[in-house]
Amino acid sequence: MIGTLRHRGPDGRGVFVDRACGLAHARLAILDLSGGAQPMALEGGDLVITFNGEVFNYLELREELATRHGRRFATRSDTETILHAYAVWGERCVERMNGQWSFAIWDRKRERLFCARDRIGVRPFFWTMHEGRFLFGSEVKSLFAVPGVTRALDLHGLNEVLTFWCAVAPRTVWQGINELPPGCTLTIDAGQGSTRRVEIRRYWQLDYTLDETRSTEQCVEELTGLLVDAARIRLRADVPVGAYVSGGLDSSVIAGIVKRHTDTRLQTFSVTFEDPEYDESAFQREVVERLGTRHTTVNASNALIGSVFPELSWFMETPVIRSAPAPLYVLAGLVRKNGFKVVLTGEGSDEMLGGYDIFKEAKVRRFCAQQPDSKLRPQLLRSLYPYMKSLQAQPDAYLRAFFHARPEDLESPFFSHLPRWKLTQQIKGLLGKDAKAELAAHDPIEELRARLPREYAGWHPFAQAQYLESTILLPGYILSSQGDRPAMGQSIEGRYPFLDARVMDWAAKLPPRKKMLGLDEKHVLKRAARDLVPPSVLARPKQPYRAPDAASFIDPSTGKSRYDYVDEMLSGECVAKSGIFDPVAVQKLVEKVRNGSATGVKDNMAFVSVLSTQLVTHRFLDRFESEIPAHDPATHE
Amino acid sequence: MSDLSQKISEFISSSLLLDSNVDIAGTASFLEAGIIDSTGVLELVQFLEETWEISVKDEEMVPANLDSLAKLEAFVKRKLGG
Repeated sequence: MIGTLRHRGPDGRGVFVDRACGLAHARLAILDLSGGAQPMALEGGDLVITFNGEVFNYLELREELATRHGRRFATRSDTETILHAYAVWGERCVERMNGQWSFAIWDRKRERLFCARDRIGVRPFFWTMHEGRFLFGSEVKSLFAVPGVTRALDLHGLNEVLTFWCAVAPRTVWQGINELPPGCTLTIDAGQGSTRRVEIRRYWQLDYTLDETRSTEQCVEELTGLLVDAARIRLRADVPVGAYVSGGLDSSVIAGIVKRHTDTRLQTFSVTFEDPEYDESAFQREVVERLGTRHTTVNASNALIGSVFPELSWFMETPVIRSAPAPLYVLAGLVRKNGFKVVLTGEGSDEMLGGYDIFKEAKVRRFCAQQPDSKLRPQLLRSLYPYMKSLQAQPDAYLRAFFHARPEDLESPFFSHLPRWKLTQQIKGLLGKDAKAELAAHDPIEELRARLPREYAGWHPFAQAQYLESTILLPGYILSSQGDRPAMGQSIEGRYPFLDARVMDWAAKLPPRKKMLGLDEKHVLKRAARDLVPPSVLARPKQPYRAPDAASFIDPSTGKSRYDYVDEMLSGECVAKSGIFDPVAVQKLVEKVRNGSATGVKDNMAFVSVLSTQLVTHRFLDRFESEIPAHDPATHE
Repeated sequence: MSDLSQKISEFISSSLLLDSNVDIAGTASFLEAGIIDSTGVLELVQFLEETWEISVKDEEMVPANLDSLAKLEAFVKRKLGG
């Protein structure tokens, strides 16, 4: 199993085997390079842990455990701190930890395995039951490496990808494979007579009970203090820590804080694009000049994006509907090449502090839906996307329908996300007859209704939108296919100050008006950033991170595929063999891309979805055995 | 300046204006001064509705109600029944 995860931990390997439990670990050595080997044992082997990630407040926890509870430490690692924390506080130890982790602790005396995942889902955790055994790992491929474990696509999981852009934990796109949801612990007893039942408990959730007592100035001050400390504890490492600079506000704020508030000699990294529509290098240069960091860039040309996509599919382990993860894989490769293992990034700011266009769009749509007869209000919808010519010319009724900005739409608990989800679901038109029949009764949006927390209905509409974004797309796609997977595929660890436990709790309570004043997104953050980033970065309209989709695989100037695998994967024969999509419909779409008429978002998403699904199923179902490392003794445990 | 005017002024200053040195309270006509354009007026109305939980009709979106800080304050107070 562990042999399949070498990329996540190329610096060391360890195995622990007991009568009832076996643990393995692949190490990316960042803290306590000499003393942090895993699996790590405590109390004569009564507690053993395998752990991926970081507990950034481990020094503070260690101090408390040593002085108040008399715990003695043998290493300088955060790994040992978790073991002591578990020994003292039991399963509630996770509530005190601030970081990004998935771990499993074997409690020998109780014959119990205790597993946990961080609050928001930075680090992955998958599990399955196989022949009475509980198997778990950081990636699905480690479970598939166990002989006999079923490898089959779960169409319901794919249906979620073709709605939400990702499967929603505990569901995955693989039959019988579960993902431990973020903010949850899992226990399983292994003693004689135990039921071997897996118990999952939620220990944290975003709480949008608003605190209206503070002025904007107070909020700006508090946020600044929290972010400075969130960045400071994320610099804890025995290896150098770098930072991404995208040219946008969030990564610039983080790099600015590191530069101003710490004595770290910062190295920054950026990805640039061949296509000016996506490229932000002018803003990146401004940020770097202002901060005076050592800076390195890599260009993600359309051809390069297409070239790395198949190997990235191996790491992502799920179909995706955009090519945007690929440039991040290229960027992580640049970091690795420069001898770094750890980078700070600005992820999480848009979700926590209200930056995404989807929040702004929902606000304007609500404004329109509230007065269906208004002739003036749809003008504000048009103003959201001034560059979309077809939108400007559309009659009001069509505009309202397209944006789900009608009075009846207001009744949906998913009002904010209806346009995105309904647009994405149109890709399902490409599914084959059998797949359509199997999914006829499965409505992922309806299913989601039952999973909403009790408090959801009482939250402010802006908070509802934030909750959906923070619990679905953030862990399922942003932190996974655009986060952990491309980074770990290059053995790089991302760290996210905006996803600090204190920042998330604080931001959830921040009133929506302070997050988005009128249509000014991330209002409080912008106020906090005034002295940290160049004025041009502060003033620029938000540019969503995107990458060229179909053009990365088919050259628009020739209509020809850039790589043989594109033709192979999309051939009628291959599509028919996979049995997921309708070969005729796929051929029509491919033709449309080749002749240059697939210019819209929907066609581009559909193209990447099909290609990505074909690649993932090909590598994980058709030729998995030949993909896993051969002659690796650790894979046969 | 009243709390109501203060809030509106802060909104215009941070959301609709690029120049932070404009004397919003002293401006006789936002339209004439180029402070608020046709999209800006919709953003302003959205802000008023959101902040004071009022509802503004198309026919009320006229300079007589929205074109200066004093007019805005009077308009919101009227809508609130004050």
